[in-house]
Amino acid sequence: MFNKIQKFILFDILKNRIVIAYTLLLAVLAWSVFSLEDDSNKGVLTLLNIVLLTTPLVSIIFTTIYLYNSAEFIELLLSQPVRRSKIWAGLFLGLFFSLALSFLIGAGIPILLFVPGKTAFILLVMGILITAIFVSLGSLCTILARDKARGIGIAILLWLYFSLLFDGLVLFLLFQFADYPIEKAMVGVSALNPIDLARIFIILQLDVSAMLGYTGAIFKDFFGMGFGAIIGFLLLCMWVIIPFLISLRKFVKKDL
Amino acid sequence: MIEIQHISKQFGKFQVLKDVNLTCAPGQCIALIGPNGCGKTTLIKSILGMVIPTSGIILFNGKNIASDYHYRHQIGYMPQKGRYPDNMTIGQVIDMIKDIRNTKSELDEQLIDAFRLNDIMDKKMMNLSGGTTQKVSASLAFLFNPDVLILDEPTAGLDPLAAEILKEKIITENKKGKLIFITSHLLSELDDLVTDVVLMQEGDIRFHMSTSLLKEQTNTTSLAKAITYLLKRDHVQ
Repeated sequence: MFNKIQKFILFDILKNRIVIAYTLLLAVLAWSVFSLEDDSNKGVLTLLNIVLLTTPLVSIIFTTIYLYNSAEFIELLLSQPVRRSKIWAGLFLGLFFSLALSFLIGAGIPILLFVPGKTAFILLVMGILITAIFVSLGSLCTILARDKARGIGIAILLWLYFSLLFDGLVLFLLFQFADYPIEKAMVGVSALNPIDLARIFIILQLDVSAMLGYTGAIFKDFFGMGFGAIIGFLLLCMWVIIPFLISLRKFVKKDL
Repeated sequence: MIEIQHISKQFGKFQVLKDVNLTCAPGQCIALIGPNGCGKTTLIKSILGMVIPTSGIILFNGKNIASDYHYRHQIGYMPQKGRYPDNMTIGQVIDMIKDIRNTKSELDEQLIDAFRLNDIMDKKMMNLSGGTTQKVSASLAFLFNPDVLILDEPTAGLDPLAAEILKEKIITENKKGKLIFITSHLLSELDDLVTDVVLMQEGDIRFHMSTSLLKEQTNTTSLAKAITYLLKRDHVQ
């Protein structure tokens, strides 16, 4: 039954105009970036910035709006003999698979064509993880606020925080504590933002990390090694799992 | 068949259900009536497991529903306002629910035929009128031959012909010994359908009695008159 709900949601979303537009947008951006840049490394960096801005935004907002609009449909599912946790997991997986698929089709094909092996692989994995993280955060927003406008507001604020405000805060801290050796602490701070984690992962792949200065060297030292990379990957997975589990717990006890 | 024992439900400070007790037997067709906000929908949703009561238990065939979701195999629910995934067609929605239910028992497609849904199976849900969506909801509620039917304002939004088809269907199923719950504000419409009336007020059940007894006691001929008589008498006292 678990697979069934997710399958039907997936087919519903794949025909959604916004998701089709998102796929096309990614495709146009990716193809044009790689056609304009001769150096595929530079292309990856440009694309990285675009992907890290659009993918979280589309994933979190689309998830939130879709879940609010499905309120009556969720009620119908609840009146069927299905476990509540299966319904929520089905919705989450349906949303995640459809958005991940449009990322793979939109950005994945040009990446595989233009970027050499390992970097392409990491770029794709990060794109999919970021999609999962923001679908998970979107589910949490929906469950935390009963009111649609407030829920979408929280979603937009979260996106704003992770894409813009967080970096500002980190920069502010860096300047304030410039006299102290905080390079190692920065590794810890970066774990608080999945977008930054994903960015670091990819930049370290590109041999441009020298531009990051001493902190970059520390990052390279930590995330570049097998052990650090695994920790970073696990942290990203936690960003998917923890918000989802909180929303799941709340959904199971929720009155609809 | 369904036993509701001391159910209370609180939303924040607001107490929606106050120690509600109700016993329903197969073959009854129960009209659940009462003013807006009296807790009808909350009571229905508690039976369906959508709302989890603050205290009290609900037994379905002697089993507590809190621990087990399988009892919903025996319930057909028609919501007041159905909404389905926009991009699915009617046929896909019906197939999906069939797939989710996964029942081996025989399907009852009489309403699908009567509402002529077969001709528009390929229409997308987002393009349907409110009335047609209600027809889909009704067909889904009856499709699996459930022992209990819960219909929330079933005829609201349906055209007179479709409403008549649905009423006929409710009567036939009721005669087969199924338990049916109907909420409605249109008392005149319920007259030839229901066998029992449950009147709710401010989260409490005022009374639960059979229609014949109610008419006898109030010395009236129709349900609408009987209820108005009772409400007026209360008002005077």
